[in-house]
Amino acid sequence: MRFLLVEDNMSLAAAVSDRLQMDGHVVDHAPCAKDAEAFAETTDYDLILLDIMLPDGDGRSFLKAHRAREGKTPVIVLTARSEVSDRVGVLDLGADDYITKPFDFSELEARCRAVLRRHGGNSSNQQRFGDLVFDPLAGTLVVAGKTIPLRNKELRLLEIFLSAPERIFSKAKLVDRLFSYDEDVSENAIEVYVARLRKRLAGSGAAIVTVRGLGYRISLE
Amino acid sequence: MSPPRPESQLRTSGSLSRRLTLRLVLSAAFLTLVLFFVVLAFVRDISQRTQDSILLASATSIMDSLRVEAGQITLDIPYAALSMLGNVSNDRVFYNVRKDGEVLTGYEDLPAPSQAPSPGAPSYATEEYRGASLRRVTLARRLSLDGGPADIEITVAQTREGQTAELARLTRWALMMGGGFFLVSALIGIWAAQSSVQPLHALTGVVSRRGPKDLRPVRHAVPSEMAPLVQSLNRFIERLRVSLARSEDFIAEAAHRVRTPLATVRAQAEITLRRVEKAENRASLREMIRAIDESSRAAGQLLDHAMVTFRTDSLERKPVDLDGLARDLVERLRPVADLKDIDLQYSCAGVSPLRGDAILIQNAVRNILDNAIKYAPSETGVLIDVRQGPLDVIISVTDEAGGFPAEEDTAVLTQRFVRGSNAAGTIGSGLGLTIAREVAEAHGGKLVIEPSSTGAGACVSLSFPLR
Repeated sequence: MRFLLVEDNMSLAAAVSDRLQMDGHVVDHAPCAKDAEAFAETTDYDLILLDIMLPDGDGRSFLKAHRAREGKTPVIVLTARSEVSDRVGVLDLGADDYITKPFDFSELEARCRAVLRRHGGNSSNQQRFGDLVFDPLAGTLVVAGKTIPLRNKELRLLEIFLSAPERIFSKAKLVDRLFSYDEDVSENAIEVYVARLRKRLAGSGAAIVTVRGLGYRISLE
Repeated sequence: MSPPRPESQLRTSGSLSRRLTLRLVLSAAFLTLVLFFVVLAFVRDISQRTQDSILLASATSIMDSLRVEAGQITLDIPYAALSMLGNVSNDRVFYNVRKDGEVLTGYEDLPAPSQAPSPGAPSYATEEYRGASLRRVTLARRLSLDGGPADIEITVAQTREGQTAELARLTRWALMMGGGFFLVSALIGIWAAQSSVQPLHALTGVVSRRGPKDLRPVRHAVPSEMAPLVQSLNRFIERLRVSLARSEDFIAEAAHRVRTPLATVRAQAEITLRRVEKAENRASLREMIRAIDESSRAAGQLLDHAMVTFRTDSLERKPVDLDGLARDLVERLRPVADLKDIDLQYSCAGVSPLRGDAILIQNAVRNILDNAIKYAPSETGVLIDVRQGPLDVIISVTDEAGGFPAEEDTAVLTQRFVRGSNAAGTIGSGLGLTIAREVAEAHGGKLVIEPSSTGAGACVSLSFPLR
């Protein structure tokens, strides 16, 4: 996916860009509202991440301008305030959602997914592997023409495996990405979800293979 | 119990309208008294003069009837001389005529002036005679007789009963007039006092009818004397507005300054966690992320709590649609709940709008929902129900998190920084339920924590009275 990140704090912007790129996204960074408008006018983005406190005027003015020129790209506001009234104000101005700094990337991903789903998404997000068609945005898995329902954790697990087929993911890494940091879970908890996912993938030609002592990978049977 | 209102602690130095009324009534009383005595003296003087001039006329006409014939005095007192006195009142009349101090005719014991009056200058006196008060006039004249010059004195006197009665009547009249005057001027005084403090009442009304968030200057027209007061009030309001805006900006700025670097650290920690393999490094990175989450959540709740305290101090009451508010919040939190495969179920049977501060209520409900999602295990359900009781609107959040241990006092959980004994593994500051309870109580409602009906978890309810 292509993100526009509007954030004046350089180190935060670098960290967020790095983190999003790790998941295979493309990120353009605009340090101020003026640059952001220039970017938004020339490029089609899937999502805009907007810091609400910018040096050259409030992120709100960008939001207003964006809505005024009928920009279709959904906007998620990054706010450092926790005051509810402020968040509500941001939504009234046309943001699709907000997230409070500092944020959990899995929450950001979840919100992006929810916002994109509300906006109808696009089919380019569909991934094919063997006999399965996976749309992480819609959260649908189609195996041999049959739609299989997925729970959120199963969906994210499949997304992780499919982001790099044949690559081995350790249990520890999977725990990091699947569970929030305030949950104390043993690495064995992953086994439950892998087992469930295997059941969902039955007959798709794709299989999650256990690599002894290292972890799991997805590959074609 | 509500705390004592600040007005009752205000020191007052009497009432302006009472003071003004008192002064005006006192001045009216003083003026009435002065008027009464002046009128009395005037009336007394007039009636004295009237009697005196008739007495003089009578004495003069007697004197005029005095003849010297062949060196002898002849006196023929004209009838009119005495009858004219009868026209004034029915008082008794006395007279005598003396020649060189010797009574020629009339009452012999009628008092005479101690000093003989000079001719042409009558002497007046008020005296006691035969047990009555008497007004007399004495005229003197020197006549040439055979035996040489002789001093003739004519005294005419009249009792004063009629005059006294007339005076008493006039005094009564003056008293009545004075009383009427006093009554009218006191009423005018009261009206004047009321109407001069009326602009104060009007201003008080305009200022006290304002909503707690209304910090516009007062534009109400006031008398020029009150203009400096209103100007000072407006300057004060402006200072308050600026300082409130400044502190709000400050809080926002402070939050921004603290949270942005925290966000950087958290993002970097997550990136690093994806890269490192060594178990102990990973453990410390996880610890780091948890510490960041804990501090940002605590900071957020402290700010929320400060905001709640600030807003409950001057509670704004506007219609709040609890159904819509809760529905929005549930939709907003659904992505977070999804991460743990927690199923948020919302139900509402239609409720009347309640009157309150939407921002506060939203904050309270969000804290309860946050808590429920945070403490609920993966793949369980959280049920949010909004319903209307006979007197209140209730929102309850039921989880399947096992509930609170039986030995735990749930009342303690709503105190500041107190967390459930089974919450040790989860990030939290313990302020969430405190905020919710304070918001409910500020609206006259309450927060109740009880085991859920199935016993599988806890049910936290917030109730807000409709009236």
